[in-house]
Amino acid sequence: MRKQLLAGLLVVAFALAGCGGDPLAGGADTDPDVIAIGSGNFTESQLLAEVYALALRDAGVQVENPVAIGSREAYFPALQDGSVDLIPDYSGALLTYLDQEATAVEPDDVYTALQAALPPGLVLGERSEAENKDAVVVTRATADRLGLRTIADLAPYCPELTFGGGPEFQTRPDGIPGLARNYGCAFADYRSLDSGGVLTVAALGSDAVQAANLFTTDPALEQNDFMPLADPAENFSAQNVVPVLAERKAAPEVRAVLDRISAALSTEELLAMNVEAAGPDKPALRTVAADWLERKRITGGGA
Amino acid sequence: MTYLGWLFTGENWTGPDGILVRLAEHLGYTALTMLIAMAIALPLGAWIGHTGRGGVIVVGLANALRALPTLGLLVLLFLLVGLGLLGPLIALVIIAVPPLLAGTYAGVRNVDPAVVDAARGMGMRGPEVLWKVELPNALPLIVGGVRSATLQVISTATVAAYVGIGGLGRFIIDGLGQRDFGAMIGGSILVAALAVVADLVLGGLQRLIVSPGLQQRAGPKRPPLRLVRGGEASAA
Repeated sequence: MRKQLLAGLLVVAFALAGCGGDPLAGGADTDPDVIAIGSGNFTESQLLAEVYALALRDAGVQVENPVAIGSREAYFPALQDGSVDLIPDYSGALLTYLDQEATAVEPDDVYTALQAALPPGLVLGERSEAENKDAVVVTRATADRLGLRTIADLAPYCPELTFGGGPEFQTRPDGIPGLARNYGCAFADYRSLDSGGVLTVAALGSDAVQAANLFTTDPALEQNDFMPLADPAENFSAQNVVPVLAERKAAPEVRAVLDRISAALSTEELLAMNVEAAGPDKPALRTVAADWLERKRITGGGA
Repeated sequence: MTYLGWLFTGENWTGPDGILVRLAEHLGYTALTMLIAMAIALPLGAWIGHTGRGGVIVVGLANALRALPTLGLLVLLFLLVGLGLLGPLIALVIIAVPPLLAGTYAGVRNVDPAVVDAARGMGMRGPEVLWKVELPNALPLIVGGVRSATLQVISTATVAAYVGIGGLGRFIIDGLGQRDFGAMIGGSILVAALAVVADLVLGGLQRLIVSPGLQQRAGPKRPPLRLVRGGEASAA
């Protein structure tokens, strides 16, 4: 009975996975002269894909308009089977996806381990400094009152504070157990809310929880004057933005453009782009990407 | 079968996050919601049914409330009143009121006019007619409304775990996030079992408080019913 159910679920899962890749159906390799760019189906990933596309096009490389494919479980297979050639990803999360036993946490270690774990036919561009990773976040008021800069500063106050985050953060190795192990921080209470979503932001904003799990490039940080605390003990593994591309499309001029983008991108820059994209006038992601590239003088010279 | 093991593991039942605590929370939310909802809906429904005024508007409005999507309502209230019991409680009351209101209104409204006439003929005044004749006769439908509202509240209180409160929904919502499918399945079974037990208890209560004269028409004659009838007769 359980096996049948499992089989049924698998069929559905495959059907859904198939749907995700539908616009790229065929699975055959893309045009050898054109780079097909994919991304995850969330704002930041789509934004990065637009950045790659505009910069490559500006450098004279033929690119197709980026396609938002879905979760990593959907877009990474598409990259492997040659449906797309280039995807922006995050080093730590991709490493865990490829190797569940991976233990690297420091940016360079994660990058090296990721290079080793990458399936044949795929290569990495240079990693950027920009990271979209888990963070313990407090309001600026709390940070000023308690004099907090890092999670270590927070540790003595943990028993007086309520923590808010997604249900999984409570049991994840780098969640509450990791904070206890690395910082000796045990919160008074845990509020199970949503992962980096509107509930967590609202609960932190109203002081219903005093510390929360959000992401370092979440526009809500800037909009609500929240402060991510530094993580000196490296509880959270590095999540540097890194381009993953098909080896057969990794011409030197393509790699040069991607590496220039990685060199120019920082967590603050990425956060600023996210804030702009989430702004009241909801600009097109392409506009946000183009503005940033021009500000950074990556495009504009030749165009 | 391994997933079912969660339900039969002793340590899952005890502790501050254990099944017993969650069960008590779930029952507490349900009881509180039902008390508030009944305090609102029963007098309102009885008054509307008795006077016949405003029935279309109030019952129509209450039914329109049923169409509100629960999750959206919960998140909206969370953003309005913040973390805590108040938001989910309001959402649950909004869900519980329509069946209570409809049951009470319909029950009082549909009492045989000849019975009401006879009561008035015996010299009863409006409130007396309502208390001694209309409400006792309406009880089967009122209790039916209470049973249906209770079931809805028990099931919906599960969703309320999404906005950070306790109850059995914690096992389902957290189980999903933590990929703990044993807890999800166990939590679901507990909610379903709780709903069935609550309905059985209310069904038993219905037999106790509804006039035997009304029950005879409604249900088949069985020996236990006679016992109930005897008890009711001696109490009356």
